[in-house]
Amino acid sequence: MCATCGCGSGETRIVPLNIGSVMDFKPISCGHGAHAPGLSKTRIVQIEQDILSKNDALAARNRAAFAAAGHFALNIVSSPGSGKTTLLERTIRDLSAALPIAVIEGDQETSNDAERIRAAGAQSIQINTGRGCHLDADMVGRAYDQLRPRTGSVLFIENVGNLVCPSSFDLGEAARVVLFSITEGEDKPLKYPDIFASADIVLVSKIDLQPYLDCDLALIEANIRRVNRKARIMHVSARSGDGLEHWYGWLGQSARQCVA
Amino acid sequence: MHEMSLCESIISVLEAEAARQSFSRVKHIWIEVGAFSGAEPESMKFCFDAVSRGTLAEKAVFEIVTLPGEASCFSCGETVRLNERFDPCPRCGSHQLQVTGGEDLRIRELEVD
Repeated sequence: MCATCGCGSGETRIVPLNIGSVMDFKPISCGHGAHAPGLSKTRIVQIEQDILSKNDALAARNRAAFAAAGHFALNIVSSPGSGKTTLLERTIRDLSAALPIAVIEGDQETSNDAERIRAAGAQSIQINTGRGCHLDADMVGRAYDQLRPRTGSVLFIENVGNLVCPSSFDLGEAARVVLFSITEGEDKPLKYPDIFASADIVLVSKIDLQPYLDCDLALIEANIRRVNRKARIMHVSARSGDGLEHWYGWLGQSARQCVA
Repeated sequence: MHEMSLCESIISVLEAEAARQSFSRVKHIWIEVGAFSGAEPESMKFCFDAVSRGTLAEKAVFEIVTLPGEASCFSCGETVRLNERFDPCPRCGSHQLQVTGGEDLRIRELEVD
């Protein structure tokens, strides 16, 4: 670990598929290294470089690798507890006979979610981010290399439950899915506009609870539209199965286009 | 707190540039942070101070230039400034807006020696 700020190895780790040693790796770069030798005259240097350029380059590499292998990759983002893993379990149980599915799971700690996914019948690998609040393209690329999904698989990348930090980090996904349960309040898209603006799909989840709540589904949709004109909006319940046919239809069609 | 990761990325870019452009110390750094970039300027300053210690940018003046949100309105055809992503067009009140600026997160310029 870096003595300066605590960053460095020992933080993020990928939990190996076979129980054994844990692979540590460093964040994109802590940079607390030797100083470069050079000139000693003060000058202005224009660099005009995106801060996320390194992540974006790694994301482009992931995207090319996913496309070459015919893997339709989805970055699943939501607040904690809105039902990402439950939706994936149900999707795997309903579709995996026809459509191979693999999952990269991101959480701060534990392998609970990867174990749930494997129990549901899909390949899975767990990334523990330690103190990290989001997945980045480097973590996903390394996990993908270990996971080796079957050709033609849909690859779900379940991000750390967080509606803020993941919005800035491209993982190389073909589409970003934001999950939003109706227990969270209609104004969530306005409170967290960056993540909703970046969504290709918004899944409004837990709609089986609608009879017990004072939730206004039309207002939810209007609020999503205030920050995102284009995203496809679907209403689903992983528990009752309501609306899943739309989700499965889109998923199957997109996966076929990706392989073609 | 992804600002910590962002500042680690800044240091990484600075080190690569130091090797490429032959400098050994960064004295001043100007960063552009868009209103819709998802990064919080005060948090960036706090994190940069922590992350830069022991690096070529230790004690560098870290200056943030904030860039306004900008959108193109499909209803009235104007390019307008926005404070928030969910704001309506200040000219015609429409929400049919496409954000065209303010998502930047860039290192603009350095003073080095």
